[in-house]
Amino acid sequence: MNINTTKIISLLFFIFSAFYLYTAYQIQVFAFDENAPFNARTFPIYLGYAGLFFSGLKLVLPEPNTIKVDHKNLEYKKTAILIVIAIIYGATILKVGYFLTTSLFLFSSYYFLGERRWILMFLLSFPFVAAFMYLLHGVLDIYLRDPFLQSIGVMG
Amino acid sequence: MIEGILIGLTTALTLQNILMVMVGCFFGTIIGMLPGLGPMTAIALMIPITYGFDPATGLILMAGVYYGAVFGGSTSSILLNAPGVPGTVATSFDGYPMAQQGKAGKALAIAAWSSFAGGTLSAIYLLFMAPSLSKVSLSFRSPDYFALMILGLTAIAAFSSKGQFLKAMMMVVLGLMLASVGQDSLSDITRFTFDNMNLTDGISFVLVVMATFAMSEALTIILKRNDPTSAAKQVSLTELGSIKINKEERSKMYKTIPRSSIIGFLIGVLPGAGATIASFLAYGMERNVVNDEEKEKFGKGSVNGLSAPETANNAACSGSFVPMLTLGIPGSGTTAVMLGALLGFGVQPGPRLYMTNPEIFWSIIMSMYIGMVILLILNLPLIPYIARILAVPKNYLIPLILFFSVTGIYVMSFNNFDIYLMIGIAVVATFLRLYDFPMPPLILAFVLGGLMEENLRRSLLLSNGSWEFLWDRTLTLCILLTTILIVVWQFYKSIIKK
Repeated sequence: MNINTTKIISLLFFIFSAFYLYTAYQIQVFAFDENAPFNARTFPIYLGYAGLFFSGLKLVLPEPNTIKVDHKNLEYKKTAILIVIAIIYGATILKVGYFLTTSLFLFSSYYFLGERRWILMFLLSFPFVAAFMYLLHGVLDIYLRDPFLQSIGVMG
Repeated sequence: MIEGILIGLTTALTLQNILMVMVGCFFGTIIGMLPGLGPMTAIALMIPITYGFDPATGLILMAGVYYGAVFGGSTSSILLNAPGVPGTVATSFDGYPMAQQGKAGKALAIAAWSSFAGGTLSAIYLLFMAPSLSKVSLSFRSPDYFALMILGLTAIAAFSSKGQFLKAMMMVVLGLMLASVGQDSLSDITRFTFDNMNLTDGISFVLVVMATFAMSEALTIILKRNDPTSAAKQVSLTELGSIKINKEERSKMYKTIPRSSIIGFLIGVLPGAGATIASFLAYGMERNVVNDEEKEKFGKGSVNGLSAPETANNAACSGSFVPMLTLGIPGSGTTAVMLGALLGFGVQPGPRLYMTNPEIFWSIIMSMYIGMVILLILNLPLIPYIARILAVPKNYLIPLILFFSVTGIYVMSFNNFDIYLMIGIAVVATFLRLYDFPMPPLILAFVLGGLMEENLRRSLLLSNGSWEFLWDRTLTLCILLTTILIVVWQFYKSIIKK
């Protein structure tokens, strides 16, 4: 059996399905439901077996077209930076507020992707977010929590 | 039906809804033009905005985005030989050679008129077919629905996997597993939450769509160093030539459009098939029915070769609404996203939709006509200008897609756990995409997960735990046999043939 990344993914999915199936069996159901034809754990149990079946087949059967990914040509660094920026964004948005974190998120993303036209970067972050925020909050009546704007008295 | 049409027109022709169709078509055209970013991404990005409107308006906006994206996809196929969406690959076979001959304007006009005619004709078919099918589907029971969902999931796995059926089926199971997180709908017992309160209500549908499409596509573009806008910089978008179609070309289109629209619509109705298969089939059929002289022109700028796939892909878009509106079962990834959005509005699509919410049912159908007209009169003259928007650098495009994704989730939950979960799912989806694991089956499975469990529950309870319900009724048995046929065919294709 030729080991390639697709097989490794299938193996991971097989393990995941086994864990899912184990967890499905642990679902607590009401005593009167225990022997019912269908209860809260029935469907997940079938899904667990289905996951084991398909990933098991993928593992065992020969791979008709092996997908080769040239990792040297992949841009891991920028992708990882973007993901980290998004995580920081998630961590700060509730405390700092929508306007400032979103603007900084956009500005830093432009920067790390290699953009250096500062005026354009500014226009497509702070004023852009302000306009979008007005559209959501002011026009569409979708509430946006923003402690920062509240603290400086811009938002009520 | 006349009453329904009037209700639909009254709803669709309000200023707000006309504006929504215009915005949707325009936005969809832009996103659809970008190779790699298809209608599902465009619709996913629009979902948070639609929650500010009533369901009919929200769905009209999403439908506008859908047609716009398909239309935009054909524009980049013709101008750049870089199809924006898979459904417009066949358009490039004759559209791009025509553009190279200095007839880009004409090719765009033929594509626009064919799309318009295909979309309009199929909207007429939908007008007649949907209410009749709704009445028929009232006789469907839980076992039929369960079997139909299995068929839909198997079909989408078969059609979207490019010979990787098992990978697609793994994605189907993963989608169903994600849908099973949270409270059980009947007993309220929590499942797979690991005592995390944020998971009690399950994983949000918008979150999964945003993560697996919008955000993951943006990360894939960066990871693979793709630049969806680079091709636009290499062509002169100002010298498109005349957009006039002469009498001879028109007469060719008159013959092609009706037959391609029927193929497109019927393929669109089938679960899992959709615009891509419809356009290739229509192209192939057209090549077989034209005379030898015209056949020679195929691949070199044939009017029939361009008109057929364009008519069919738009007709398939309307056709794919049939199973969603009448059975509540989406036939494609795109309509699955729309179904999820409808459920978010608290509207349950299905055979009773046209009785319980006639304004939604009919206004979607009516808005299709309006959308087609708007695409024709708004987009055709504006194409050179819209195409220039494509010159927006990747460095701006990607952060903006990420921004819309994260904002979309934030405004729905005001919860940073959802943002982390979305990032996690997007990272996994990006990795899976690298190895050709298709995402549409996952979305369709996620949307159908709850309904599928519900129908299986009813079927098993009615049959006292026996699986005989699968062959007790002729209809259920027929659906099941079709599913088995698809599975056997896929295994034959991928294993025995190799």
